Amino acid sequence: MNTQNTMDSWARFTPMQRFKRYAAFLSVTLIVVWAFGSIDVIWEWVWDAPIQLIDLFDRMIPPDPTNLPSILEAIWQTINTATIATFLAVFLSLPVAYISAQNTTPNRFFLWVGRFIVVSSRSVNTIIWALLFVAIFGPGIVAGIIAIMFRSIGFLGKLLGEAIEEIDPAPIEALQACGASPFKVVLYGVVPQVAPAFFAISILRWDINLRESTVLGLVGAGGIGVILQGAIDTFQWQEVSMVLLTILALVIFGEVVSSTLRKKLI
Amino acid sequence: MTAKVSHWRKPPLIKTPALRYGIYAVALTYFVLTIATLPIDWERTAKGMEAAGRIFSGAFPPSFERSGLLFSGFMESLKIAILATAGGLITSVPLAFMAARNISPRPIYYLGRGIIILARSFHPVIVAIIFVKAVGFGPLAGALTLVVYSIGFVAKLLAERIEEIDFGQVEAMRAVGAPFLSTMIYAILPQIMPRLVGLGIYQLDSNLRASAVIGIVGAGGIGATLANAFGRYDYDFALAITMVIVGAILISEAFSGVIRKRMS
Repeated sequence: MNTQNTMDSWARFTPMQRFKRYAAFLSVTLIVVWAFGSIDVIWEWVWDAPIQLIDLFDRMIPPDPTNLPSILEAIWQTINTATIATFLAVFLSLPVAYISAQNTTPNRFFLWVGRFIVVSSRSVNTIIWALLFVAIFGPGIVAGIIAIMFRSIGFLGKLLGEAIEEIDPAPIEALQACGASPFKVVLYGVVPQVAPAFFAISILRWDINLRESTVLGLVGAGGIGVILQGAIDTFQWQEVSMVLLTILALVIFGEVVSSTLRKKLI
Repeated sequence: MTAKVSHWRKPPLIKTPALRYGIYAVALTYFVLTIATLPIDWERTAKGMEAAGRIFSGAFPPSFERSGLLFSGFMESLKIAILATAGGLITSVPLAFMAARNISPRPIYYLGRGIIILARSFHPVIVAIIFVKAVGFGPLAGALTLVVYSIGFVAKLLAERIEEIDFGQVEAMRAVGAPFLSTMIYAILPQIMPRLVGLGIYQLDSNLRASAVIGIVGAGGIGATLANAFGRYDYDFALAITMVIVGAILISEAFSGVIRKRMS
């Protein structure tokens, strides 16, 4: 770059950089305009939306606590769903993580099996899993637990697998050098190194699962969502707001519990 | 001392034995009790297995016969995701300024934080149901839902980024008497811009995922197509849709990963 010419008029970017920035900006604008212009929306409804929202909000006040006992029972079910599903998924994801990490996998075949499990579990959303399991197990909490478990295995397996890939190989070599069995190598060489990541990931997933369990009921898989759906379908807006408040409390409770656990364990 | 050779043992996770076994006992009781009381109806499950067999045999081979419907559903999801990302980013910037402890006055800070916490707390599906009831079925409800969803994520992380900025530039601007808005635009915005663009790309990816789900409750897009196919027992079409969703998610994940890597 010739500094002589640019001495008197300072510019942050070279002309080429500026051109690229404008081009990027222009293409983003064009994409948004295209989406805006071609989306199938009734525009009268858009202008009407704020009024409708305020109206709905009006009907929600004040929250109606008459159904509180059954709401709290459903919340307890929701917590159980999330906790049991996370617990089971943690155990099931351990072998998946082990075979999908490049440094611990027994061979390439298992590596691909592991990756296949991770990708297929992760790319299907919990709700879609729940649709499937409600068809199999019937409506109820069991379908919800299994749906959450299926989704969590991929998440836990992927992150834990990445944690295993980042470990220091020296302790493992040392253990192998003094003739430790493969099981002991994992127990004393791998496990202590990934334990903090393991707890962090499991707690994170529990927190996510708590939120996801609140919507399982909408497809019939148990928990607070069943009550929410019922209240919405019968236009009991004051009960809806009560349910929403309890969900808010549940989410805050989850955040408090997970941050305390994180501080204690890691 | 020397007579007794003891083996080294792994130190336990919780030091106090009483506390350790106490926690184990409580956890064990909890899991045994809740799992034992799960309402598993074996007869229903046996019937369900038949249903599962029907679903899977009906699903193979996936049917791409109505690929026109599939394509329009997918395009609608894409448009919802794009508009929601744009709307979410535009709303997130002022909210992030409000919710940054180092630049906003206390009451505004709490207001901003409150809005963000509220936006984060509810699962998009719940938000979608409320919006569907308020503004009717279709992509509008979906876009509004994902705007809320984007605010919860983008505004939170952007506010955290603002709290980490180099404050010297703000002080310099204030020292020469720049008004509030100019200080924001020239001292803070350039510092947070790379993060904003990165978050926007990430959020587009994540909105595309979410838009596949909120359609199930009537908020438009490919999720609506999927829910319809599933409801009409068109399992082969449902499988085709699921495959397209999975493919699109994988492509968009790879795409956003590449862009973010090139930017940083």
